[in-house]
Amino acid sequence: MKAQSIHFKSRAAAALDNPVLQDNLRRFSSGGLAQLRGNAVQAYGAAAFEELRDAAQGIRNRALANLDAWIERFEREATRRGATVLFAETAEQARDLVLDIARKHCLKKAVKSKSMLSEEAGLNDALEGVGVQPVETDLGEYIIQLAREAPSHIIAPAVHKSRDQVSDLFQQHHGGARKTAIPELTREAREALRRHFLSADLGISGGNFLVAETGSGAIVTNEGNGRMVTTLPGVHVCITGIEKIVPTLEAFSTLLRVLTRSATGQPISNYVSFFTGPAAPDMEGPRHMYFILVDAGRSEMLGTDLQDMLRCIRCGACQNHCPVYQTVGGHAYGWVYAGPMGSVLTPAFIGLENAPDLPQAATLCAACSVVCPVKIPLPDLLRNLREKEMNRGLRSWREVLGIRLWSWFAQRPWLYALATRLATRLLPLMANRQGMLTWLPLGGGWTRARNGGRVMPAPTGRTFREQYAAGERK
Amino acid sequence: MLRVGLFVTCLVDMMRPRIGFAALRLLEQAGCSVNVPAAQTCCGQPGWNAGHRASAQSLAKKLIGEFESCDYVVAPSGSCSGMLRVHYPELFSERDEWRDRAKALAARTWELTDFLVNVAGVKSLPDAGNRLAATYHDCCAGLRELGVKEQPRTLLRLQPGVELREMAECETCCGFGGTFSIKYGDISSALAERKCANIAASGAQAVVLGDLGCMLSIEGRLRKRGDMDTKVLHVAEVLAGEE
Repeated sequence: MKAQSIHFKSRAAAALDNPVLQDNLRRFSSGGLAQLRGNAVQAYGAAAFEELRDAAQGIRNRALANLDAWIERFEREATRRGATVLFAETAEQARDLVLDIARKHCLKKAVKSKSMLSEEAGLNDALEGVGVQPVETDLGEYIIQLAREAPSHIIAPAVHKSRDQVSDLFQQHHGGARKTAIPELTREAREALRRHFLSADLGISGGNFLVAETGSGAIVTNEGNGRMVTTLPGVHVCITGIEKIVPTLEAFSTLLRVLTRSATGQPISNYVSFFTGPAAPDMEGPRHMYFILVDAGRSEMLGTDLQDMLRCIRCGACQNHCPVYQTVGGHAYGWVYAGPMGSVLTPAFIGLENAPDLPQAATLCAACSVVCPVKIPLPDLLRNLREKEMNRGLRSWREVLGIRLWSWFAQRPWLYALATRLATRLLPLMANRQGMLTWLPLGGGWTRARNGGRVMPAPTGRTFREQYAAGERK
Repeated sequence: MLRVGLFVTCLVDMMRPRIGFAALRLLEQAGCSVNVPAAQTCCGQPGWNAGHRASAQSLAKKLIGEFESCDYVVAPSGSCSGMLRVHYPELFSERDEWRDRAKALAARTWELTDFLVNVAGVKSLPDAGNRLAATYHDCCAGLRELGVKEQPRTLLRLQPGVELREMAECETCCGFGGTFSIKYGDISSALAERKCANIAASGAQAVVLGDLGCMLSIEGRLRKRGDMDTKVLHVAEVLAGEE
């Protein structure tokens, strides 16, 4: 997928100017998944859930600490059970491996369950290019495939669309009467997809986890589409990141508990599917099973301050709780991953210089890190990326000068006192009758925003230090 | 007697000095001996959040030197106290002697309401004379870095004339975020608008909060959207009243 993250500001502006999107986002953010998570945590017990988060964090940390060893173990166990394990250094290599497999087995139609890595690799376009028809079978992914859009949320890819928009889309692509009730719409999608499940010769899935001790892939879904993708076609390809490894089934069960609660507030998803090698000769199921383990920037994060980010289990909780994400939606971020997790992953995967806005476009409110099931310190990582931008000269000279001037003055108390005294006398003169500044020197963003912006309350009198030094008390 | 150094913060110093005096009165009422280092300026948070470590370090060293002799450092701000308590130690490398000094200061730093409730043990307050329905906005850093949630509410309940009316999404960011409010004004102002709508829906006459950044952003948006009546007050002002 071609990254547009460099255009964050204009994409965010377009999102703010789109009333339909704003309406959809408002519905999503007031209540929605965040509310469901809250209820689930309460039902589980807040203190007990904290312990679970600690355990999940520990499991992910231990897996990452010996990632190479666990990957080798996974490869050994998966191979022993008849699967083929392939490695890709880049997303493009992963894409080419899938195309090779399609060519080798003469495959014509691929049903897919959700895979973000396939988005990274631009797999659908590549498949179409060689005459393999890709069909997304996750309902949300199916919707955006019809609309020819990218996912805007990690677990709810079509969350930016309203029911009305889906009705239009379905009528346009399925024909027949326009349906408006959700059960009717989902039935229509099921009927359309059923044909594809039965005629596809390739199943492509992502992998929520790879279990090293058994050589299994695991996915959690609510629609059952993942299970059909991984069992009906004759060839199954699981494509996922190398960091998704967990050592044991026991560890998986702990992660599952935090994953589904954090994502959708469910104690467990409707389906939890494991796939371990191809079907036995006397059983139905795929005859060929491939795992494609993709690096694509992940191993470069190991051993750096970004290693914490590799703990991510893709639950979407940080997006569900991020006020910025809720305001601009996922497409503003311009690539596969949006919201707080995307603002760390995108610069790491495609280069900081290609996404310089993303670490900056956060208030550091920490609503993300307090809900993260594996306790990724997202605001700290965003701040680290800001420091890298500063050190690599990726910030504007104005910003750098502003910061340097500020600290230069603030280190010189008498000069600082003089400057602030001056400001407290001059700024009120510029204020309107309500004591508000409608214009700010160097602060255009404050007063000139798309919704009319804000005024700035002017200083109310002499500085505290001035009054205190004079022995006055107000 | 508790020996407290009051860090008024740069925004209070310049924009709303009466909040500094209110904090001073509250600390003295609680039986503290309050020292206000005269040369204090800024804690260095703007540089830290912009990724300019050197700027933050230089201001942190200055502040540590000024407040090191105090038993406690108290600030009427969740984000500045958070800077001192959570981030000062992160500014310096393991081998840097300043790291230990930063850690020592961090351990003695408190947000104002947290200090009044949990260190000074304030159980009663003189009636400050306010008669209003108030809604409390939880500022992000105070809430999520320092656990300031019940403390301001506990103190507000000690004021007989203050009626608390919780608003929806009281823990959601107001959109300030330091220089974010200028760099991403469109988004910042949209968040402020949502906050203002929630304040209006609560039916409160005043929004009370504990951070100047939120205060300026929320008041700036309220006035812009034509609301000249809803008061925007720092919790210290409400608790201490006018002298």
